Amino acid sequence: MKKERKKYTLYEIGQGYTFMLPAIFVLAVFIIAPILYAIFLSFHKVELLGGPSYDFRGLDNFVKLMEDDRAKIALWNTIKYVVIVVPAQTLLALVLAATLNAGLKGEKFFRIVYFLPTLTSSAVLTLIFMWMYNQNGLINKLLGMIGLPGYNWLGDPNVALPAIMIMNIWSTAPFFMTIYLAALQDIPDSVYEAAKIDGANFWQKFWYVTVPQLKPVTSFVVIMGLIGTFQLFDQSYIFSKGTGGPNNSTLTVVLLIYQYAFKNLGTMGYAAAMALVLAIVILIATLLQRKFSKEETLH
Amino acid sequence: MKKNGAGKVILYIILVLYAITTLIPFLWAVSSSFKTLEEIVQGTINFWPKDFTLDNYKQIFIQQEYFPRWLFNSLFIAIVGTILNLLFNSMAGYALARLSFPGKKSLFILILAVLMIPAQVTMIPNFLILKTLGWLNTYQGMIVPSMINATFIFMMRQFFLNFPKELEEAASLDGLTRLGTFFRIVLPLAKPALAAQAIFVFMGFWNDFMRPLIVISDVEMFTLPLGLNTFKGQFISYWNYIMAASMVFTMPVLILYAFFNRYFVKGITFTGEK
Repeated sequence: MKKERKKYTLYEIGQGYTFMLPAIFVLAVFIIAPILYAIFLSFHKVELLGGPSYDFRGLDNFVKLMEDDRAKIALWNTIKYVVIVVPAQTLLALVLAATLNAGLKGEKFFRIVYFLPTLTSSAVLTLIFMWMYNQNGLINKLLGMIGLPGYNWLGDPNVALPAIMIMNIWSTAPFFMTIYLAALQDIPDSVYEAAKIDGANFWQKFWYVTVPQLKPVTSFVVIMGLIGTFQLFDQSYIFSKGTGGPNNSTLTVVLLIYQYAFKNLGTMGYAAAMALVLAIVILIATLLQRKFSKEETLH
Repeated sequence: MKKNGAGKVILYIILVLYAITTLIPFLWAVSSSFKTLEEIVQGTINFWPKDFTLDNYKQIFIQQEYFPRWLFNSLFIAIVGTILNLLFNSMAGYALARLSFPGKKSLFILILAVLMIPAQVTMIPNFLILKTLGWLNTYQGMIVPSMINATFIFMMRQFFLNFPKELEEAASLDGLTRLGTFFRIVLPLAKPALAAQAIFVFMGFWNDFMRPLIVISDVEMFTLPLGLNTFKGQFISYWNYIMAASMVFTMPVLILYAFFNRYFVKGITFTGEK
């Protein structure tokens, strides 16, 4: 359906663009231009010394990506991280929300407590966990108390990434729990009543009523989780002092992009290419989610 | 939902166990910030300090002369950035909801598309653009690129779509211009939406680690997350100092939360409905 072209008065145009001006300025200078610039950079070798100079290299940066061992390690670490953290935090968020929604006394108190990690910055949380992960620290002591062996959490390549996973599941689940909780409160009681008449117990109601009703929210939570986990950076950076160590075990894609862009010389174009590939991966995931939950967004 | 006794007990056990799991890191951090270095080195696991001391909170300001400056930088950037966001996101959201002008639809689609661009793509070019502008190591370099936020433009648009038209019509009869109507009538009535937005924008600026890491290299211009990371490097085993500094850093957001608790939930719920 094509609408009749509307005529605008000069006043309307001026008014509309006055209101939009700050947004248009930032969009143009710090988002649209950078995206085009990033595409340009990804086809060039960039030297920063003495003002940026660009040397056209065609698809070299993208080809190099396939042969870069550190990129493979970073990708593998990121995938491991995504595959474990996203389901774990989603499940934890769902269970906590369902438990909180059961109408027990003190719900408000628990909500406030659970929300604390969401309020705290990643830098502070990472420092607190590094202190707890200390070889002589709280976590190893607690493990020792129940007869389990301690780990060199920060120094052992086998456990450094799981240490970050544990920390981030703990710190992001409550945020998603809040989203679930809001959705749970929108499920009409009549649905549960019907299930009750059919003789469903608590777990049956959870699996056969709650979980299906929450499907659209779950897909949203999963995609938000995917976007967030693919971009893991702060925690790895602080944990490893920017190196991605020990032995590249906490090296993530974004940390590697950062290193190539700002720590190594002459690899900025390569870093831009890597960032574009990451963006495409995330974009595909987002589009898939949009497609799955289309009926939801249309209301 | 009614449940039997045993079911209730299990639910309470889950709730309490997870509350403990959430609280332990914070309690441990608070307790460490009041301990002496001696006690920290011993590595005992008592949550109540043997020699309770406030000295760490004094020492961090003495040992790290820039600490107050970092605190100021963080506050300045977060507060100015939040005010600009509130203003500009609302203006854009209002225009997209209420005004008619050419290119409105394309702008709206553009803003929705921007929501999907991960920050890593624009991070490198932004660095080069800020470098060209001479904005590295400046407040404007930290604030201007983030003075609008596509998510909240979208949120404000949704808010203004449901805003009663009659109020604006009355205002225009009284001879107010659109800008006048917006500032005098519309914005004051948008307080709940603004409050939810303010909290999230403020937290975004306050907690941001990556942007300052890239834009700022001058120690005087550090924000707290960056300063904290440097501080940790300097006082590597002085966990009593590091934890005290972390607590100072966490306080402002906790205070915000204490006052604006309900807007947090509102803001998150909105994110879920996007």
